[in-house]
Amino acid sequence: MDGMIYFNNVTKIYDEEDKGSRALDDISLTISAGEFVSVVGHSGAGKTTLVKMILADERPSGGSVFFESLNIHKLKNKDLTELRRRMGVIFQDFKLLSNKTAYENIAFAMEAAGKTEEEIASDVPHVLDLVDLGYKASHFPHQMSGGEQQRLAIARAIINQPELIIADEPTGNLDPVNTFEIVQILKKINNLGATVILATHNKGVVDSVGKRVITLEKGRIIRDDKDGKYVL
Amino acid sequence: MIELKRIAKTGFLNFARGGMVSFAAVLTMTITLSVITSIILLQAVLYSSLEQIKNKVDVTIYFHVGAPEEDIFSLQDFLSRMPEVASVSYTSAEEALRIFRERHASDYATLAALDEIGENPLGGYLNVRAKEISQYENIANFLGGDSVLAKGAESIIDKVDYHQNKLVIDRLNALIGGAQRLGFLITLVLVIISIVVVFNTIRLAIFISKEEIGVMQLVGASRIRVQGPFMVEGVIYGALSTLFTLAIFYPATMWLGERMSGFFGMNIYEYYLSNFFQLGVMILFSGMLLGVVSSFIAVRKYLNK
Repeated sequence: MDGMIYFNNVTKIYDEEDKGSRALDDISLTISAGEFVSVVGHSGAGKTTLVKMILADERPSGGSVFFESLNIHKLKNKDLTELRRRMGVIFQDFKLLSNKTAYENIAFAMEAAGKTEEEIASDVPHVLDLVDLGYKASHFPHQMSGGEQQRLAIARAIINQPELIIADEPTGNLDPVNTFEIVQILKKINNLGATVILATHNKGVVDSVGKRVITLEKGRIIRDDKDGKYVL
Repeated sequence: MIELKRIAKTGFLNFARGGMVSFAAVLTMTITLSVITSIILLQAVLYSSLEQIKNKVDVTIYFHVGAPEEDIFSLQDFLSRMPEVASVSYTSAEEALRIFRERHASDYATLAALDEIGENPLGGYLNVRAKEISQYENIANFLGGDSVLAKGAESIIDKVDYHQNKLVIDRLNALIGGAQRLGFLITLVLVIISIVVVFNTIRLAIFISKEEIGVMQLVGASRIRVQGPFMVEGVIYGALSTLFTLAIFYPATMWLGERMSGFFGMNIYEYYLSNFFQLGVMILFSGMLLGVVSSFIAVRKYLNK
């Protein structure tokens, strides 16, 4: 498999006066295209910071992060926007656009990617059906349950068929049934060829995926297992 | 083109779904535009009043009895061509006598004394009106100089009343200048306060969407795709507020025009109607510019790289 994401000695210090407190501490890793990688660790271990680095939502204090040959944090605005269109993002708190309906939330991601009205009209109902939300197309996020909102967030993340899906604690606010459904969807997306990076501290989720697991503790990688077990 | 259409559509939708936030923004901007409109109207009232006061000031040049009219006319002609002079009107000795008689029609003793003299004791005079009050001194100095007056011939001028009125004219000049400066200062302060209030209201409205701005960027929206709809909302705030402001001022100026024309020295309703188009364009432009610029600056703050 080809390398897709590279972390080269990445360090992140939020409080510059407190150099001892590092959210990420000299992280180096490679994630290949098509992989399903679970990033695990306790709260504050650095999971969210790590995925935010890939999204360029945070800048590293030291080191560099590459998406293929692109140094993510040295990209111009336009190029960064282009890169983000190659990724799909799922958050614990869904981060849906509250004043848009389910249909419009997904259509927005397609509009952002420059898709035509015809493509939007054809693909959005299809992906809503895929996550079993076809009947809620005209509902606003506040009119939907947590599980439905997360399925909508996944639909938004996959609508442009991204090469990489980043899921930051996607099951954190869900009950076991919805959690299971979300994990099944992510596995299906991975089987269709997309790389998936899943940040979570849910042992059941990680064990049920059974793929590569990177374990973080105090900003450092303490384990990187191919056999897919949550060990802490 | 399709991008612009989408931005405009999103802006309209966001405005329509904004509920109380949109209402509050339009209300605040309507108040701001009303302040600006009031200032424009008050400036018109102030300038009209000052203009009326200015028009009451003039300088009169009295001529000796029997001064030849051709000399007076040549001086009138000369004065009319001076750049500082707005108008020069001539009152002949006969006309001056007639006016004097009219004014003293009930004063028999004075009229009897006048009849006793037998001939017209009054000379003609010129009323000179300057374009600016400050220019009266120049005109008076010019008249006082030897060079102008009939070039070596005996002066035909009896007296120029500028020096008697100098104190009043100077005070009036200072007062008008002060009123204009104060008016400008008050206008400036009120406009700045209004702009800050609107800017903060729009900033607050956008602050609510702070997190969503970040989300839009993370799903791959370009900066203009994120900023655009907010700027369209700013335009809508401005346009709607302009309509409300113009609608409020129509009955307000009508009421004031009927009751306060004497006090203002002008009919404010007529002024409003005759300048309706210019006022509308000015307010619309101010409102939309304020809305767009405030939105642009406020969103930019939350746009990460």
